[in-house]
Amino acid sequence: MILDDMANRCGEWLKGCGPESDIVMSSRIRLARNLADYPFIRRCTDIDRANIESTVRERLTNKAELKDLTFIDVADLQTLDRQFLVERQLISREHANSDGARAVAIDQQERLSLMVNEEDHLRIQVMKSGLDLVGAWDQINDLDDRIESQLTYAFHPKLGYLTACPTNVGTGMRVSVLVHLPALVITQQIEKVFRSLQKINLVVRGLYGEGTQAMGDFYQVSNQITLGKSENDLIDQVGDVIPVVIDYERKARDFLINEKQNDLFEQVSRAYGTLQNAQQISSEETMFLLSRVRMGINLGLIGDLEIPEVNQLFIRTQPAHLQKLRHSELDTDERNVERANYLHSQLKLDGGAEASNN
Amino acid sequence: MSAEDCGRSNKNMKCQKCQKQATFHITDLTGDDLLALHLCPDCAKGYLETGDSSEDAPVISDVMSKQLKPLEQTADDLRELDAKECPICGISFYEFRQGGRLGCPHDYVFFGEDLEPLLINVHGDNQHVGKQPKRGITDTESQTELIRLRRQMKEVVEQEDYEKASQIRDQIRQIEGEGSASE
Repeated sequence: MILDDMANRCGEWLKGCGPESDIVMSSRIRLARNLADYPFIRRCTDIDRANIESTVRERLTNKAELKDLTFIDVADLQTLDRQFLVERQLISREHANSDGARAVAIDQQERLSLMVNEEDHLRIQVMKSGLDLVGAWDQINDLDDRIESQLTYAFHPKLGYLTACPTNVGTGMRVSVLVHLPALVITQQIEKVFRSLQKINLVVRGLYGEGTQAMGDFYQVSNQITLGKSENDLIDQVGDVIPVVIDYERKARDFLINEKQNDLFEQVSRAYGTLQNAQQISSEETMFLLSRVRMGINLGLIGDLEIPEVNQLFIRTQPAHLQKLRHSELDTDERNVERANYLHSQLKLDGGAEASNN
Repeated sequence: MSAEDCGRSNKNMKCQKCQKQATFHITDLTGDDLLALHLCPDCAKGYLETGDSSEDAPVISDVMSKQLKPLEQTADDLRELDAKECPICGISFYEFRQGGRLGCPHDYVFFGEDLEPLLINVHGDNQHVGKQPKRGITDTESQTELIRLRRQMKEVVEQEDYEKASQIRDQIRQIEGEGSASE
């Protein structure tokens, strides 16, 4: 089964490479598209949904250029497997939890994901490690062209690409950058940053979208407006502000190093120690502590662990991943024990040294 | 209205939870309803950190009823608007306001004027300037007709009017045939 293979791999957005990857986890662009000859999802009959799914699947897999996409029937998956895809950011929570015919097409590297029958008929997504919005746009623009050569999109000369929700109409594009901002959180400046982002019409969310906690000090910054600005303008709107956010975070880290050195070392080494030695640990606490460790590595306080390894721990300690890796369903308590065991084994294997300054 | 204008009009907005000045304007698109949240820094922090999503927040109906006020003078006007139904997909404006999602591409034409204030409020604009389909703007009228015919087909089948159903099926096949011939 393809999902079991995936559990042992690391998707594009966790590779921990690309520009500014100490602070920027990933860059992501998604396009919302609908077929012109079907109603939007809420007015679709079961037959409509099934027809959309099969039409998309047939037209796209027949096309040689799109052959490397694997279609997964999401309706057919177990709850755990759907959750697994959510954790990897390949499908949305809404897509996982809805009903009726629906699918996702992904490529081997998990850079592309094409949700069929989400809120819109098609949600195309491209992910890049680090800060690379232009690269993501080139890729998704090309993919969109290839899909469009096979299917007729609902498009209006004045309003652009037509979407189920009027908040997405026009470009149908959401540009998001996932940033890791632990120092701004510790120095309590994060709200100030949010406020300035809001003033320029940008939205800030937690790791797994709206309503999720800002887990592990990860924040997604994305555009709010989709109509009246070109795709390049929207990319610039987000892309121009990220270096400023990065700069704030770097300054906050410098401040912690220079002014609060002892506190910082204490926090980082305690976090590392807890992750190595806990007997049971929740997903939230793991995220919180891994965030401290990740910053510690970037600041040179931990020498025996690399960023890609920590990124991998972030995902593999998520509930569904833990269960996939263990090949069994576990309840919350069992997961907390299993998670501690897993962290113990991974961090001990890597030497298990303490924070270098202690 | 430009983005700056939006910024100005936001300045007087009160936080939906505590009545302090709202400086966070969050549009939540992931739930069943579209949520527009206007929060002060304290409540925004709470929202982002605790995952408080839908309970206290207004749904699109609240956002829209506020917006419609300057345009729709009377309750009668609003009732009339709510009763409007798209001839293609059959969705009423009331259903759209409740669910926050439209029923088919033709709704943007049929409810065009009614949606205008919402688009201006959300985007500060009402004119697309980005990418267009590579093969030019296809005439989607026949595709829209397919949506209507398939819906009609379902209705006549339910009424067991099989003669009518077979006529509609032929019409659908004809349009579908034209579509694939041109590709």
